[in-house]
Amino acid sequence: MVIPVETATITVTVDGRPYTATVEARKTLADFLREECGLTGTHLGCEHGVCGACTVLLNDSAVRSCLTFAIQADGQEVMTVEGLAAPDGTLHPIQQAFWENHALQCAFCTSGFLMTTYAFLKENPNPSEEEIRETLTGNICRCTGYQNIVAAVADAAARLRGEKHTQPVGGV
Amino acid sequence: MKPATFSYAAPRTVEEAIELLEAYGDDAKVLAGGQSLVPLLNMRLAQPKVLVDINAVEGFDEIVEEEGFVYVPMRVRHVQGERSPLLREKLPVVSEAVHQIGHPQIRNRGTMCGSVAHADPASELPAVLMALDGRIVVKSGDGEEQITPEDFFLTYLTTSLQPGQLVTALRFPLLPPNSSAAFVEFAQRPGDFALCGVAAYLHLDEGGTIAEARLALMGVGGTPFCAEQAEAVLQGERPSAALFAEAAETVSQEVDPDSDIHASAEYRRHLAKVLIPQALEMAAARLGEER
Repeated sequence: MVIPVETATITVTVDGRPYTATVEARKTLADFLREECGLTGTHLGCEHGVCGACTVLLNDSAVRSCLTFAIQADGQEVMTVEGLAAPDGTLHPIQQAFWENHALQCAFCTSGFLMTTYAFLKENPNPSEEEIRETLTGNICRCTGYQNIVAAVADAAARLRGEKHTQPVGGV
Repeated sequence: MKPATFSYAAPRTVEEAIELLEAYGDDAKVLAGGQSLVPLLNMRLAQPKVLVDINAVEGFDEIVEEEGFVYVPMRVRHVQGERSPLLREKLPVVSEAVHQIGHPQIRNRGTMCGSVAHADPASELPAVLMALDGRIVVKSGDGEEQITPEDFFLTYLTTSLQPGQLVTALRFPLLPPNSSAAFVEFAQRPGDFALCGVAAYLHLDEGGTIAEARLALMGVGGTPFCAEQAEAVLQGERPSAALFAEAAETVSQEVDPDSDIHASAEYRRHLAKVLIPQALEMAAARLGEER
């Protein structure tokens, strides 16, 4: 019989880099990313699958990292918000669109929104506003009122389709 | 660390999974998508000693058609059901119900069998199974059985599953000619738990009268509710707006929902009355498309 274990040594590839650690079975993927990988861009809000702040990509699909155990991600690929920007710090077009559209205030929820948007626009590069709004229902923001987030996602889609050039950061 | 300590096993075969479930009995819980179980663990409302993760079991991850039935095995995630060309073509009612489960992140991970085994009274698939006369395929050391929704769903979050039993598939019959089905629900925002939902199935005879109607409601009690009196109203009649309104009136008398923090009993009854004609109209329109 398969013998159940309380701890295991696992290797998870996060943003292209392998991380190995011995973890308790009960450690969530979110806690693994923050505590074992030091990647604190993934935020934890509700920790029961409602707020979407902890959204990451697991094997290319957006999931709530508070509802997946790290041990389940052994041998798999995870992408976090830290994997969005270029190595030289140039923002990803989605991040740039969020910045320019003022789609964040306190920013606690932002990494979750960014990862949800990243996965969404890969599958649907030209979404309607209704589709954007429906997708964003899985993420809660208590500051913005969502209007600018919706605008930012539409703007990011246009940038990723090559219809709009990203403005350089800084200036005014 | 949010959940209480547990041990974890990821068997590779369904036999190994059942062996673990039998060995640990009440102390074991099946972990599939985890979208309902892990919140309960994180809040320590559930503290199983052993989690049997079925995600590494080989196979059981493709929707298949076999001898007049569509089988949804235990590793199929909601997103697969939502997009399955097979379901969309032959049983669109299932895809449209699954699309209304949770948010994209939840549908990427949660499984259709897991949702049924969890038996939340606000969940979509139990009502769809009931309206389509589907079965829940359950395996244990004693073999396999196919259980009706009426026998499977006992009350809030409670099924007939015994320790050592595993839901391995959902079985939906393909629709016979001149029949169709539809699902509608009302939730305050997309992805929220629905306050009420209706799955409707219509089968017309050659003369265009309703030979069989099945109506299953969710959110109006601890289990999906079969609206037998309203089904009787529909039977033998020709589909019409007036007939559907009469069925809706009957349903609103027939259901006996509870009040809770999300909605009063009266409001749920009202929603049932509003949603019944919508589901029936949608099913009837689909019949029209086939002709």
